[in-house]
Amino acid sequence: MRKLSQGERHRVSFTLNGKPVSSWAEPRMLLTDFIRQELGETGTHVGCEHGICGACTVRLDGEAVRACLCLAVQAEGRAVDTVEGLAEHGGPLSALQQAFRKHHALQCGYCTPGILMSLSDLFEREPHPDDEQLRDVVGGHLCRCTGYAGIMAAAREVAGMAKKAE
Amino acid sequence: MKPVNFDYYRPDTVDEAVDLLAEHGEEARVIAGGQSLMALLNLRLAEPRALIDIAHLAELSYCRDSDTHMEIGAAVTQAQLLAQPGLAEAVPLLAQALPHVGHFQTRNRGTVCGSLAHGDPSSELPLCLATLEGEVVLRSKRGERVLKASEFQVGLLATAREPDELVVAARYPLKQPRAGYAFTEVARRHGDFAIVSLAAVAENGTLRLGVGGVADRPAAREWQIAPDQADDALNEFAWALGGEDDIHATARYRRDIVRKLGRKVLEEAAACAS
Repeated sequence: MRKLSQGERHRVSFTLNGKPVSSWAEPRMLLTDFIRQELGETGTHVGCEHGICGACTVRLDGEAVRACLCLAVQAEGRAVDTVEGLAEHGGPLSALQQAFRKHHALQCGYCTPGILMSLSDLFEREPHPDDEQLRDVVGGHLCRCTGYAGIMAAAREVAGMAKKAE
Repeated sequence: MKPVNFDYYRPDTVDEAVDLLAEHGEEARVIAGGQSLMALLNLRLAEPRALIDIAHLAELSYCRDSDTHMEIGAAVTQAQLLAQPGLAEAVPLLAQALPHVGHFQTRNRGTVCGSLAHGDPSSELPLCLATLEGEVVLRSKRGERVLKASEFQVGLLATAREPDELVVAARYPLKQPRAGYAFTEVARRHGDFAIVSLAAVAENGTLRLGVGGVADRPAAREWQIAPDQADDALNEFAWALGGEDDIHATARYRRDIVRKLGRKVLEEAAACAS
């Protein structure tokens, strides 16, 4: 059994976007704060901090989850993927990111990293999702700018592109 | 919006988890998926001294069918259950209700038993358990006990779990050969907390309706009646639930949903029955 005492910082190590990382966290530290403040990757955004808005969505062992509803210490030894890992730094954007740009699927961009991580999980599980599946996944995010039309258009294009590539 | 300080425990076995609960009792909270509890911690509506993480316990990560029910261990996530092969044949009501539980992103982490232990009156999984008359398995150092759904949930976010007990599994009764099942709910957005959720079972001329989101816990009624004769019974049930006005809906609107969607969901269940 492992006990991590309150008020003390404990070593937390996991794989972030394919690279091993390590830093220190108190038991109560949220994964969002650990990624942003300890690891310095600020693409993961903090919105409501109680699991409603979806801005902080990351992938934990491949599955899209709310990073604000996860403790940093719970990510120990696991694989965490954030928006920074979707494209090589300075390299071309992923197909999903390119579709977001083309269809104006963002305005202020605050919700965008979370939506990209959710959709990237869906497209890996199901390359040809139907509208209902897309709506189910996008429905887990609040976007106050776009009215979702651009987001859905971008997601549909990726679903369609995947079909053509068969 | 940050949790209070707590000691974090990661037991290696259920026995260790139960020992920790015996030691810390009311000062401890158990975390599995954390999709309800982490929000409570962040809002400081829960301020435990000890957090006991059971999410990784292989002993609790199983779904198995007996002759009468499907038993779901406390580490099984809602997404894992939804992906379980044959779920729609084994427990059709769960297959229909699970897509309404939270969102894709929260089902990836949220557990079935965690939803039962949290006991939100509008939650789908406690409603299904109450409607199907399932059971909850609890374990402590004193032993194991099995409670019926109606004995387990005793009110708003309140269960009969003692402070030293761990919810180790839920038992959902398997589909009866000739029965039909249906589920529906009204929410402002798909995935939001339901304003009213309804689950129906039709079997051998008996109709059973479960309603969530109106009373302080899910409630179920049974009638020997055909769906097109059920309006008076539904009206009586709608009033008996004693719903109140709140920021989401009026009591009157909730009664209307129970009457109108209640009949619809009963008809759907009866149409699936053979």
